[in-house]
Amino acid sequence: MAFEGLSEKLQSAFKKLTGKGKLNEKDVKEAMRDVRIALLEADVNFIVVKDLVKRITDRAVGHEIMESLTPGQQVIKIVKEELTALMGGTQSKLVIASKPPTIIMLAGLQGAGKTTHAGKLALYLKKQGRKPLLVACDIYRPAAKKQLQVVGEKVDTHVFVMDQADPVVIASKALDYARENLHDVVIIDTAGRLHINEELMDELKAIKAAVKPHEILLVVDAMTGQDAVNVAKAFNEQLGIDGMILTKFDGDTRGGAALSAKAVTGKPIKFAGIGEKLDDLEVFHPDRMASRILGMGDVLTIIEKAQASIDLKKAQEMEKKLRTQTFTLDDYLEQLEQLQKMGSISDLLSMIPGMSSKKLGGLKIDEKQIPRTQAIIRSMTRQERLDPSIINASRRKRIAAGSGTRIQDVNQLLKSYEELKKLMKQMTGGKGMKRGKFRLPFM
Amino acid sequence: MENKKSIFAKMKEGLAKTRSNIMSRVDELINYYKEIDDEFFDDLEETLIISDMGVRTANDIIESLKKQVREDKIGDAARIKNMLKEKIAHILSEGSKGFELNSPAVILVVGVNGVGKTTTIGKLASLLKAEEKRVIVAAADTFRAAAAEQLEIWCNRAGVPLIRHMEGADPGAVVFDAIQAAKSRKMDVLICDTAGRLHNKKNLMNELDKINRIIDREMPEASKEVLLVIDATTGQNAISQATEFNEVVGITGIVLTKLDGTAKGGIAVAIKAQLDLPIYFVGVGEQMDDLQPFDPKSFSDALLE
Ligand SMILES: Nc1nc2c(ncn2[C@@H]2O[C@H](COP(=O)(O)OP(=O)(O)O)[C@@H](O)[C@H]2O)c(=O)[nH]1
Ligand SMILES: [Mg+2]
Repeated sequence: MAFEGLSEKLQSAFKKLTGKGKLNEKDVKEAMRDVRIALLEADVNFIVVKDLVKRITDRAVGHEIMESLTPGQQVIKIVKEELTALMGGTQSKLVIASKPPTIIMLAGLQGAGKTTHAGKLALYLKKQGRKPLLVACDIYRPAAKKQLQVVGEKVDTHVFVMDQADPVVIASKALDYARENLHDVVIIDTAGRLHINEELMDELKAIKAAVKPHEILLVVDAMTGQDAVNVAKAFNEQLGIDGMILTKFDGDTRGGAALSAKAVTGKPIKFAGIGEKLDDLEVFHPDRMASRILGMGDVLTIIEKAQASIDLKKAQEMEKKLRTQTFTLDDYLEQLEQLQKMGSISDLLSMIPGMSSKKLGGLKIDEKQIPRTQAIIRSMTRQERLDPSIINASRRKRIAAGSGTRIQDVNQLLKSYEELKKLMKQMTGGKGMKRGKFRLPFM
Repeated sequence: MENKKSIFAKMKEGLAKTRSNIMSRVDELINYYKEIDDEFFDDLEETLIISDMGVRTANDIIESLKKQVREDKIGDAARIKNMLKEKIAHILSEGSKGFELNSPAVILVVGVNGVGKTTTIGKLASLLKAEEKRVIVAAADTFRAAAAEQLEIWCNRAGVPLIRHMEGADPGAVVFDAIQAAKSRKMDVLICDTAGRLHNKKNLMNELDKINRIIDREMPEASKEVLLVIDATTGQNAISQATEFNEVVGITGIVLTKLDGTAKGGIAVAIKAQLDLPIYFVGVGEQMDDLQPFDPKSFSDALLE
């Protein structure tokens, strides 16, 4: 049947609007190649990426494609769901002990941002009406104690320090001090250390044994590369962590380390540091992280928007109408509204990677046209919309007045609509259609 | 008859054996080549990616290695691995003259937060002093709590003077004062510490630009080095760091710190390959003498371990 071949052509013209059944292996492989590179470029660990790619490929092949997405976009959608699930879905909160004080201990590599984040946590808890105590257990780095004291002063929190003492002793004494002085949270800052430094890892274990923290938080630099898995794994296995704080998240890093660390420890990221000021601390939102890591945030936005606004059935009906040429001005209006729900067209197009404003220049989208077109169609009677041929000069004048436009605008719209219909007739009438020639009249 | 048959059978057996011997040799060779073709190169590329070299640089290097292997018809895996090491060492050393200072010199040390700038300055001051150079240090990190105290402890250890102001003071003013001090005391080298800053913070980068201009204006006769300190545990973001800092202050070389951990620091190869910035020093610990001149060969050996 000749008709089938033609409808196929029509479908490919609407590739952006209609999918094509189920995801096949080729679609998935192709999309996953990009996903793999994206994840590696985001510093997600190689092994984690390998696992993910395999798992997602298995899941995606044979998956139904949403009518509004291309196969590639559909794969990305699945990837995003998997990443979100892996990040932990919902946010997780700080554990507060039923019997105060709640003891929080910070650990991590050198330069991760422990001291600053001890201060940020203190401020965060103060805002919740608590009375924290900061404890300086970094006896190694020059001026580390002083740094915590300055930070403590800035957030108006007492800092417990001791000269010439072992970190285990300092931590234990600090606990006594907290009980006596009714501090309900104790935040212990520790020296930065490498996970392979046995002596210093033993020291952390000893502090842990002495004060039995409710929360041991690993402080991880968001810019960390492939090594994040080794670090997180070692701290978790040797010390046992309860969660993580991701720091320097206000940089332009994609932050794949977060995913790696979460994947190997299973422990949630509880906070993100987003600046050098002491109130630059945020409760971590795992769901937002997936888009940042994928770095395809823009494609993801398209997917989300398409998902939210395009009704599958409507799209199918529309397609049928186009084919059978019963496409009325009402349908035209509906299409416009769909597009509007998806946000401004040039916004949407400019989100597509590689689509620069320069490239968009050639596309000529007049967004102001859309509301105008809507207004015009809405000023028409039901009959006029179904059969525009009855719209004579006096009707045109009435419609223009009703929609606050000029008669030329009404003429222009009717002309565009006729052209579109003619175009559809051509396509379904067997003349075929040149690629790229098809344009909606408001473009 | 039976005897005859058995001789014939024996011959056949023997033949079969040699045949299968030959066959298995060929198979082995074929397998060997196949291994070098795909999995072998994939494994090598994997090693590079795990070192934080980045997909692009790793891919470029492996592609050029493949080409060379094909052209020279090399089938020995061990040799290929050595070729790869040489290739990386070559990228790292190409066009790099090593770190040399003419007096007077100003070294501006920059980088994101916590990478090891202050520690590196302590180590570097000590290293230069051991070369009989007169060194002075400027505490132009006036932002981070107790940064100047930290630097002061390092300067005391190294036995070099420090110019510092109060916390929160204008870092440009500290550098200005330090330059005057360096001139009047006839110092060979002035090393300026700066506050850590993320390269995407416009106003902080402008501040750095200002410091840089003060150096150019006040000491145009000095040879200037701008060292970017990069933490070896950093991933692909280091490319962005190097690009942005280079744009604002013109980086002359890299110091790669924290190589005493398990991170390989492959990002340095990507930075050299993509931005042609030489690596001058590596930090391998928190002690005074844990700063070493960068050696491309041992670095690339360690990378592929
Ligand atoms: N293990 C190790 N730690 C280092 C190295 N260089 C610096 N550090 C540590 O990293 C932390 C941050 O260093 P610092 O010099 O304050 O960084 P800055 O913020 O860039 O000035 C400190 O705890 C240093 O002791 C290194 O090469 N190896
Ligand atoms: Mg510093």
